[in-house]
Amino acid sequence: MLSVEKLTKVYRTGDKALTDVSFEVPKGQVVGLIGPSGAGKSTLIRCVNRLVEPTEGTVRLNDLDVTRLRSGELRRARRRIGMIFQEYALVERLTVMENVLSGRLGYVPFWRSFTRRFPGEDIAKAFRLLDRVGLSAHADKRADALSGGQRQRVGIARALEQDPELLLIDEPTASLDPKTSRQIMRLIVEICRERGLPAIINIHDVVLAQQFADRIIGLQAGRVVFDGGPAMLTEEALTRIYGEEDWTAMQQSAAEDEAAEAEERAEAKKMMRAL
Amino acid sequence: MTVRDISAAEAPIWHHRTPAGRLALYAGWLGLVALFVWCWNLMTERTMWVFVYDAPTAAADLMNRAWPPRWSYMERLWGPLWDTINIATLGTLLGIVLAVPLAFLAASNTTPSRLILRPFALFCIVASRSINSLIWALLLVSILGPGILAGILAIGFRSVGFIGKLLYEAIEETDASQVEAVAATGASQAQVLNYAVVPQVLPSFYGISVFRWDINIRESAILGLVGAGGIGAQLQASLNVLAWPQVTLIIIVILGTVVVSEWVSARVRHAII
Repeated sequence: MLSVEKLTKVYRTGDKALTDVSFEVPKGQVVGLIGPSGAGKSTLIRCVNRLVEPTEGTVRLNDLDVTRLRSGELRRARRRIGMIFQEYALVERLTVMENVLSGRLGYVPFWRSFTRRFPGEDIAKAFRLLDRVGLSAHADKRADALSGGQRQRVGIARALEQDPELLLIDEPTASLDPKTSRQIMRLIVEICRERGLPAIINIHDVVLAQQFADRIIGLQAGRVVFDGGPAMLTEEALTRIYGEEDWTAMQQSAAEDEAAEAEERAEAKKMMRAL
Repeated sequence: MTVRDISAAEAPIWHHRTPAGRLALYAGWLGLVALFVWCWNLMTERTMWVFVYDAPTAAADLMNRAWPPRWSYMERLWGPLWDTINIATLGTLLGIVLAVPLAFLAASNTTPSRLILRPFALFCIVASRSINSLIWALLLVSILGPGILAGILAIGFRSVGFIGKLLYEAIEETDASQVEAVAATGASQAQVLNYAVVPQVLPSFYGISVFRWDINIRESAILGLVGAGGIGAQLQASLNVLAWPQVTLIIIVILGTVVVSEWVSARVRHAII
């Protein structure tokens, strides 16, 4: 379980990115974090594993106060928190396997990681995960040889290789096309269900958030202005988060997109059967 | 939406520059021409034109004496040539060994201390760069005595600055998100360097090293002029006794070596990138 209490972040420039943010994420819950650009979504999830230092407040992961840890302890805590990034953030010039195994770096001593001699069970797990995300044939390819969707799957495998107790996911679909975005979101949510993993997903696509998250938190200028189930995200709530816009039309066109995608899938199945 | 037709008469007129801007531009060009004329006058104030008019004859005379090259002298050049290549290669290796740690200390994103070690590393890099290899060789020959060792050290010390500067710039240009992602797994500092920074700078590192080796082949060919070993010593000896055909041969040999080294470095860089 993750609990965030009265988290505040003020950048050195004086910009107040987060103000008194509090919420709890129980085991197995997938939280969609939405809000306009600059609302502090990225800062919030980076405060959880302290890639960004919070100014005030506490972050507790299963009773461990992450905000108080010193560097060695912080590294051990980070091993328990998997992170998936916007532009995949894979090390482009390393192979897929090296990228997945880098999820174990916190567990192996420097020389073993330097010579790439990881323990057998880590390697076996990496193969299982690559199989789970559908990339077992690509283990020895360089990461920059893959397509966007494939790279994000490697990113997911790297995060899971850590055996995390929490997933932090920063705009996982920002650089993907609509169809791949849905596939990636579906994969992430499925995996969270399988493992009972709690996750916080930063996402700017409201419709995707509603479709896949169990709960939505809306940020506006660094404050929580909405916290509830996806069904409660009414037009009035969206206006509170983002400001005035024609929300019904947007949701309709997204529904059409999805219908078209479903039709396409049915069509593909028909073709497969015909063959 | 339709595009409205705009007739030529009512179309707005657009100029790249304002009239004042155009005038300033012409004035600027005029100023440059004036400066050139003034500089030319200053430059040729003390030229003795008789010698200049005589130049073609003097050059032709020198060519006559220098041609054909004395090919038989070649047997005494193989040894110094081998020395020259060794000076360049070992000097480059020495430069790399010294420059890599300095580059990591100097890069603002990997330096362990911004206040002490970074300025120190930057100072070492600048100091090495500001002294030409020939000057390094002069200093080292007077300290160590003439010979190949002085040459190797001179080339090495000069290479530190070159490799260090280009490498630390490459380190500073690495993608921060990859570093962030590896750090987020709980990796230690050394592991972050090994997994996120090194793979990103490795191609630049190879490119820079081979490029410097290529430059060092050229530089080590003249180090002999100050007694630091290699083919330059032969060049100086031949110049001293006015043995122009030997000088021609040495210049041809240096040219050939440089062409080969340039070809090698181009091939290597092409293979990495």
